[in-house]
Amino acid sequence: MTDIVAFDNVVKRYPGGKLALDRVSLRLARGEMAFLTGHSGAGKSTLMKLIGLIERPTRGRVVINGTDLAKVRRAHIPRYRQRVGLIFQNYNLLYDRTVFDNVALPLVIRGIGHTEIARRVRAALDTVGLLSHEKKFPITLSGGEQQRVGIARAVVNRPHLLLADEPTGNLDPDLSADIMRLFTRLNETGTSIMIATHAIDLVEHMGYRRIALDHGHLEAG
Amino acid sequence: MPEPQSSGSSRSAGPASRGSGRGRLAAWAASHARCLLESLGRLHRRWVASLLTVLVIGIALALPAGLYVLVKNLDTLASSWHQSVRISLYLKQDVSADSGQRLADDLAGENGISSTQFISADEGLRQFKQASSFGAALDALGSNPLPGVIEVTPKASLPPAAVGQLVDQLSKRRQVDHAALDQAWLRRLTAILALISRASWVIGALLSAAVLFIVGNTIRLDIENRRQEIEVMKLLGAGDAFIRRPFLYSGVWYGLLGAIVAIMVLVACYMALGGPLSTLTASYQGGLSLTGLSLRESAGLLAIGIALGWAGCAITVNRQLAAIEPR
Ligand SMILES: Nc1ncnc2c1ncn2[C@@H]1O[C@H](COP(=O)(O)OP(=O)(O)OP(=O)(O)O)[C@@H](O)[C@H]1O
Ligand SMILES: [Mg+2]
Repeated sequence: MTDIVAFDNVVKRYPGGKLALDRVSLRLARGEMAFLTGHSGAGKSTLMKLIGLIERPTRGRVVINGTDLAKVRRAHIPRYRQRVGLIFQNYNLLYDRTVFDNVALPLVIRGIGHTEIARRVRAALDTVGLLSHEKKFPITLSGGEQQRVGIARAVVNRPHLLLADEPTGNLDPDLSADIMRLFTRLNETGTSIMIATHAIDLVEHMGYRRIALDHGHLEAG
Repeated sequence: MPEPQSSGSSRSAGPASRGSGRGRLAAWAASHARCLLESLGRLHRRWVASLLTVLVIGIALALPAGLYVLVKNLDTLASSWHQSVRISLYLKQDVSADSGQRLADDLAGENGISSTQFISADEGLRQFKQASSFGAALDALGSNPLPGVIEVTPKASLPPAAVGQLVDQLSKRRQVDHAALDQAWLRRLTAILALISRASWVIGALLSAAVLFIVGNTIRLDIENRRQEIEVMKLLGAGDAFIRRPFLYSGVWYGLLGAIVAIMVLVACYMALGGPLSTLTASYQGGLSLTGLSLRESAGLLAIGIALGWAGCAITVNRQLAAIEPR
C-alpha cells in the first residue's frame, strides 16, 4: 500500500527569496497520525500548504494518496481538495450560517442530495459531540466548540487525509487536550492525520510520531 | 523514493457516492433553487444598499422604455392624423359649377380615392364669410375671387408617398389649377418620430451599458466583502462555477427587481399623464387613447433586466474571483 503523504526532496522558496523548506523528504503511512512541530517560521504551515495545493513546491515531488500533485492542474484543484480535510487555527467558519450549514458546505459543494447531506452532517456533528448545536450560529459557541465544528466540516466528506494547522493555537490547555483526544478517536477509525502544533508538552506523552522542522530542515529523529 | 501507484485511487469515493443520475439532477436543481433564494435573502439583509442599486437600475431602464412608449403613442397619433389628410383641388376660374360637380363625382370612383366633395365658388364664399371677419371687405370686392374647390379624401390605406403621387396626378387635370396638400408638417412629424425612436435606442444602449456597470460594480463590492468566505469555500474544494453562482443570481435579482421598478415608474407616469391626455385626445374625433406597456412588452423589459443583470455580473465576476486565492 502506498503512503498517504510522500515528500521527496521538496524545496519551497517564496517569491521574496525566503527559503521555507529545504530538501524535505518524509512519509506519512496510511492510517497514521503524526505531529509536525518546530519553532515559529520553521515551515510547518508551508508544508501543509503544499499538501493542500495552496502553494506549489519550487523543487521536488509531493505525492498524496498516489497522486503526484505536480500533475494536478489548476482546474482540478477543487476536486483534489474535496478529498483532503483542512482544519485551521482560526476555524475559518462562515459566521452568517448555522452550525449545520457550515458542516454541510463540503457536501453542498459536491452536489450531494439533501437527505444524504442531513444524514452525514448529523453523523459528523455526533462524532464531535455537537449534535444539539446544529441550529446555532458559530458566534454563539465557545472557541473549543467552534473548532469542533471546523473538525466536523473537515471529516464530513470522509477525506483520506486530515490536515490541521495549529488547531489548538487559540484554545486553553484543557480544551486543547479535548481536541487532541478527538483527533485520536478519528485516527482510531482509520483516518490519516497530520497536525502542526507548537504545544510540544501537550503532544509529547501521546505516543505519536513527531516530525520536527527547524528553519525549513527536517530534524533527524 | 517513488512508489508504484494505483491510478485513480484518489477518486475511489467520487461519483459512486453521489447516487443515481436522477437523484443528482434533482439535487442539482434543488441547489440552484436554494442558491437563488439565498441570493435574494442576502439582498434583503443589506436592503438599503440593495434598494438603492435596484432604484438606480430601475430609473436607468425606465428612461429608454418610457421613450419607447412615447414613440409608440406618437406613431399611432401620426397615423390617425395621416388618415384625416385631404387634398384640395383648386379649379380654374372658367370651370362651371356643373362640370366641377361632375369632376368630383368621376374622381370619387377612381383608384386610391375614398370620397370627394365639391365646394362651388359661391358655397366657398359663403363659408368664408361665416368663418372670417373679412365678409364686408369681400362684399366691397363685388365679384367672387374664390375658385371652385374639390376636397379629395385619399383612401386611409394609402401610404404617404402614394398620396404625394396622387397629388401630382390630380394637379395635371385639365380643369385643375393646382392641387394642395399640407403634408409638410406631417412629413416633419414622421421625421421627428424617427429621430426620437433612434434616440431612444441610443439612450437605451447607453443606459444598458450603465446598468452593466452598476451591477458589475455592486457585485464587485459584494465579492470584496465576502472575500474570506470565498477563500474558505475554495479551501473546501469549491469550483469556480459553484462560487460564481450566488453572485450571478444576485445579478439576476438586481436586473429583475430593477425592471420591475422601471415598470412601476412607467405605470406611475401613465396614470399621472393619463387624465390630462384623455381630455386632450377627446378633442380628436379619432378616439385616440394613450397606451402603456403591453403585457408582452413588460415581459420583454423584465427579460432585458435579467439579461443585463446577469451579463453585468458575468463580465466582472470571473476576473474578481480568480484574484481571490487562499494563502
Ligand atoms: N507567502 C509567503 N511569502 C513569503 N514568505 C513566506 C510566505 N509564507 C511564509 N513565509 C515565510 O516562510 C517561513 C515559513 O513560514 P511558515 O508559515 O511555514 O512557518 P510556521 O512554521 O507555520 O510558523 P508559525 O509557527 O509561526 O505558524 C517564514 O519565515 C515565513 O516568513
Ligand atoms: Mg504556521
